[in-house]
Amino acid sequence: MNTAIPVRRTRPRLSPVASLQAAARGLAFFGLMLAGLGLLVVILVAPGLLALGFSNVTPAHHGDHRVVLALLVIGAGLGIARFLVPGALLAIRRLASLTRRLAGEWCGVPIAESYLPLPGPGDRPLSFTGRLSWLLKDPATWRDLLWVTVNVLVGWVVAAAGAAIMVVGLVEFIGTNFIRAIPPPAFPGNSAGTLGFLGVAIISAGLLAAPWLLRGYGLMASSMLAPAGNAELALRVRQLSQTRTEALDTGAAEIRRIERDLHDGAQARLVAMGMTLDAAGQIIDTNPVAARALLYEARDASVKALAELRDLVRGIHPPVLADRGLADAIRALALDSPLRIELAGELAGRPPAPVESAAYFAVCELLANVSKHAEARQTWIDIRQTDGMLRIGVTDNGRGGADPARGSGLSGIERRLAPFDGILAVSSPLGGPTAVTMEIPCALSSPKTSSC
Amino acid sequence: MRVVIAEDLFLLRDGLTRMLQAHGLQITSAVDNGADLLAALANDQPDVAIVDVRLPPTFTDEGIRAALAARREMPGLPVLVLSQYVEQLYARELLASGTGGIGYLLKDRVFDSAQFVDAVRRVAAGGTVMDPEVIARLLARNTGDGSLAALTPREREVLALMAEGRSNAAIGQRMVITERAVAKHTASIFLKLDLQPSDDDNRRVLAVLAYLGG
Repeated sequence: MNTAIPVRRTRPRLSPVASLQAAARGLAFFGLMLAGLGLLVVILVAPGLLALGFSNVTPAHHGDHRVVLALLVIGAGLGIARFLVPGALLAIRRLASLTRRLAGEWCGVPIAESYLPLPGPGDRPLSFTGRLSWLLKDPATWRDLLWVTVNVLVGWVVAAAGAAIMVVGLVEFIGTNFIRAIPPPAFPGNSAGTLGFLGVAIISAGLLAAPWLLRGYGLMASSMLAPAGNAELALRVRQLSQTRTEALDTGAAEIRRIERDLHDGAQARLVAMGMTLDAAGQIIDTNPVAARALLYEARDASVKALAELRDLVRGIHPPVLADRGLADAIRALALDSPLRIELAGELAGRPPAPVESAAYFAVCELLANVSKHAEARQTWIDIRQTDGMLRIGVTDNGRGGADPARGSGLSGIERRLAPFDGILAVSSPLGGPTAVTMEIPCALSSPKTSSC
Repeated sequence: MRVVIAEDLFLLRDGLTRMLQAHGLQITSAVDNGADLLAALANDQPDVAIVDVRLPPTFTDEGIRAALAARREMPGLPVLVLSQYVEQLYARELLASGTGGIGYLLKDRVFDSAQFVDAVRRVAAGGTVMDPEVIARLLARNTGDGSLAALTPREREVLALMAEGRSNAAIGQRMVITERAVAKHTASIFLKLDLQPSDDDNRRVLAVLAYLGG
């Protein structure tokens, strides 16, 4: 959620093409400003209507048709507040996210993003009030609103200035040289020639200024859209305590499951075995044939108990993962899977054991998803470690449409990776292909050296 | 028949030793780690080695690595690997370590001592013995696609037994059909899977496994 973005503060490129591009991008930002203006109007209309309505509902006008009108106005205000304002707030958030991304890509001013995570497990839809309070409690929402307002008031000037200057210069140039619509020189010494030169000069100034203006716009956006220092820390703390609680809960639930499995499985079978052996001992002299049958029964029970323990251990910590590490464990998984899986990539060493385990079970879950939902003919797994980041990609050519928000196993994987600050990216358009990428920051231990 | 055993748990090592001795096999060494195993193999020159996967000092796949190392040094040395788990990954590595004389079984298989000793003898004689669980998983994995789907249930059963390294006679005994019926099934399987028919048990297993493993 909070990815540290390296700050690039290089000089913008100054070439005519780059300048024209910068001017065009400024215009695009201008367009985003207009969208923000529309959303702002929607948000401001609700309190406006309410104020208007209430100011007219006074006893003086009692019985007046204006009261009815005022009540209608209040109703409209409430309706907009109920149905349109939350949507507008979310839309502003999208707009701000887009601006952040474009500021990084176009202006060379990357802006980090940090919103409050959705309260509770992400797979349950929130109530209306829950959603609204989640939006309103987030300081980032208010900073977004501030940005949209400032943008509407002054930001657009900076955004559009580059293009505007060029257009003025162009008009000046074309007007004096070709149309001659510019009035005759008002000052002595002014001629069409000098005015034409003035046009060229203005265009050049616009070309020179456009990249810097775009950069300035990015910096302005950054001053409001970047998370405030405190907010960032507070967010991190909140996120850490949440993932810690979830990790502890998951661990406790897992232990309970293991206890239950042992209790109902292997333990019960061992008790039954003990009783069968005892029964065999009682009748071994009187009925050796029946006793022998009981002994074989006890032997079969022990085989079943072993099989159950084996499955249990596989679910806790698979042997190949313990023996060989992540890459081989996933290779073994691929061999056991009914899917057609192609594996690429190697790890030079071993990630820390908890990371290995989380990554392994995440891949298990993803493959289970693929075989359950995707109807894929081929699956590709890619494992690599670069820049202190363990990356695992699972891609299939199935029918797509996987959505982490819809409470599939994907949100479970997100929770599994969260304690390690790992993230999950899913791209799954309807019709496929589905590409899931996991990234977990971690360092590899030095490669295990083995003599045999 | 001379046997070397490597198993780190005393109870199991002792039990295995006694069981094999009861069936008339001679235990030349019973060791509890990989290094001692390699020394014992070089020293005793046994007919077969029985090796547990998990051995000290790492308690991971020490046994597999020791077995592979031993077969590199002494090509063709028959090794039967025992484990609490069977993994296709390890099965492949063992099968790739040279032709024949290789076995990979769950530890549970020692419960049926007659069958287990039979497996030891087959490995010692240069055969290949794969645990039914390995085969079952290979078959389960390959149910969906192509030519395996063309097999009748009966033929699949024969294929599974064949992959366990059994001869036609043994398969017939197991399925309570005549050896000739088995031969008919195997011919049909080879035809459907487009495999070269062969009388050699070991090459048969390898062909089947190679086919199943894709």
